[in-house]
Amino acid sequence: MISLSEYLIVAALLFGIGMAGIIINRKNVIVLLMSIELILLAVNTNFLAFSYFLQNNIGQLFVFFILTVAAAEAAIGLAILVALFRRAKTIEVEKLDLLKG
Amino acid sequence: MSFNFLHIIFYFFSFVAIFSAVMVIVSRNPVRGVLFLVSAFFSMAGVWMILNAEFLALILVLVYVGAVMTLFLFVVMMLNIDLVSLRKSFVRYAPLAALIVLLVVGLTVMVIGPERQGLTEMPAPAPKSIEYSNIADLGAVLYTQYAYPFEIAAVILLAAIIAAIALTHRVAVKRKSQNISEQINVKRDERVRLVKGMQK
Repeated sequence: MISLSEYLIVAALLFGIGMAGIIINRKNVIVLLMSIELILLAVNTNFLAFSYFLQNNIGQLFVFFILTVAAAEAAIGLAILVALFRRAKTIEVEKLDLLKG
Repeated sequence: MSFNFLHIIFYFFSFVAIFSAVMVIVSRNPVRGVLFLVSAFFSMAGVWMILNAEFLALILVLVYVGAVMTLFLFVVMMLNIDLVSLRKSFVRYAPLAALIVLLVVGLTVMVIGPERQGLTEMPAPAPKSIEYSNIADLGAVLYTQYAYPFEIAAVILLAAIIAAIALTHRVAVKRKSQNISEQINVKRDERVRLVKGMQK
């Protein structure tokens, strides 16, 4: 049988890759959103692995709600991106300095 | 450690998922990035199937690959991004990213390694009987004990719909509408023009 630590290591690797995507990428907001999706995928895999090994289906329920919220977040994020592109004509992270932060 | 057929399937899906995830963050073309993300989602859905979460694996394929990734593809293709200017600062931040990721993943693996979360510490549960239904199991909890969070999830989706439409909807500039005060304040001279008729 596959042990819990193997699932958790796969999820940790996916999480790390998603984090690297956020750090590396300074040019494209879309890749940033995709990295967030990867991180959420890793977290969901952790929930499901523990749900399976602890024989507790509340973890699966939590993944259900995370998927709902992530879908809403992706839709709103992309809508903001489209509105931003119309106004600023760019989606490069470094050029979005309207607030001078 | 027994190495059986399930292991081969698990490692195949995991390697495909991790390879696709790496390609998502390093690919130059965002369209290709989205397609690699789709492949990562598909293979992780396979891993979720091994974890006995059939309903959520199907939801991942249907909702995520079917709807959210299609949305990503539409936006990527609509935005017409200049490909040449992308990825200029890729190399500059790569060492920092590698350091942070090695630190995070290394520390996590130290905690969750096989000596702490292996099969002896966390034995695998007995396989479910053939009558076991994952969907019925989830639904029995979701519609009774967790009915209130379920309703809140529905409200969140409604808010997302309204927000997305309000953000992207443009007011039509060529719309024909009446201006009533202008209509009733009109003078005779502005509308009627007398022209000299031709004499027969």
